[in-house]
Amino acid sequence: MILLLAQLFWTFFLIGLFGFGGGYAMLSMIQGEVVGHYHWMTMGQFTDIVAISQSTPGPIGINSATYVGYTALVNAGYEPYWGILGSFLATFAVVLPSFILMLLISKFLMKYKNHPSVGYIFSGLRPAVVGLLLAAALLLMNSENFSSMDESPWRFCISLFLFAFAFISQKVYRLGPILIILLCGLAGIILGL
Amino acid sequence: MNFELFKTFFQIGLFTIGGGYAMIPLIEQKVVDEKRWVEHDELLDLIAVAQSCPGVFAVNISIFIGLKLRGNKGALISTIGTCLPSFLCILLIALVFQQFRENVWVEHFFRGIRPAVVALIVIPVFRMAKSAKINRYNVWIPLVSAFLIWMLGVSPIFIVLAAGVSGYVYGKYLKDEELNS
Repeated sequence: MILLLAQLFWTFFLIGLFGFGGGYAMLSMIQGEVVGHYHWMTMGQFTDIVAISQSTPGPIGINSATYVGYTALVNAGYEPYWGILGSFLATFAVVLPSFILMLLISKFLMKYKNHPSVGYIFSGLRPAVVGLLLAAALLLMNSENFSSMDESPWRFCISLFLFAFAFISQKVYRLGPILIILLCGLAGIILGL
Repeated sequence: MNFELFKTFFQIGLFTIGGGYAMIPLIEQKVVDEKRWVEHDELLDLIAVAQSCPGVFAVNISIFIGLKLRGNKGALISTIGTCLPSFLCILLIALVFQQFRENVWVEHFFRGIRPAVVALIVIPVFRMAKSAKINRYNVWIPLVSAFLIWMLGVSPIFIVLAAGVSGYVYGKYLKDEELNS
């Protein structure tokens, strides 16, 4: 258990340290470490976390750290109060590096904001961050989230439809994410997905 | 003043749903228009810095504003204010959700939600591509990065490091030569 807590702390410390580009870009890191590397939860559980993070208040990075910290310990068979400790540790760890760095960087950038080297590094980072985000979306397009033609054609087609519905209603009609998520969840219940 | 700082960022943390970018209008209203803690121009610079720094976007902004107003202590207060609402909220949901996870209705509900969540992540890709000024000459960078992570399982941490280093090397040693030749 000490090992799990230490791994949790270290993982989220690294995610906080290297998580450029905000919550969504951090999701791909969290996904890689938490699902791919440590197997603390399944891809389906991870997607639930994304859904919950999107429809609850607060930054997505904080939300997902809190949730993963809790779920990782409970999935490993520990009591819920250990889960609370895990969620506190993960949240603290994800904020700590940016807290230290932002204090230093704010002071530094005030001074060297116009130095070309700073601009060079950022010009390399910005396009790559878009790639991180794209990867997060691609990794989530799997049979666990969408089902497949072999497994259940009905669920697969409805999933594709709900994907298109969510995309269009946000991008074109600017519906809020909470409303979209509630509508799609309701459709899931009515259609018996 | 300390309590004002805490209260303001607690409210910002509590009423933002959908992640960091959704916070910008609320921060603008509270911190710039109501409290006049920072100017409009300053907030724009701040957004750029917070986006370019690692970590949670909204937390980075609150650290910066707290630091500016009350030094290190202010940074700590505003950070706790931003994080606390989501921490408590998620903890409550996590405690309850574990028990309902196996329920068949909850399962149907979440099966409907999952494709929508993926769609909601695809949308900021376009928005960020626009603000990162992606064009046909540099579109290979996000595509190759995404491919390496998606198909080959490369850690995004390496991609970020490599992108920062190559950006620096390209800008410092290659770009100038191109311009000179």
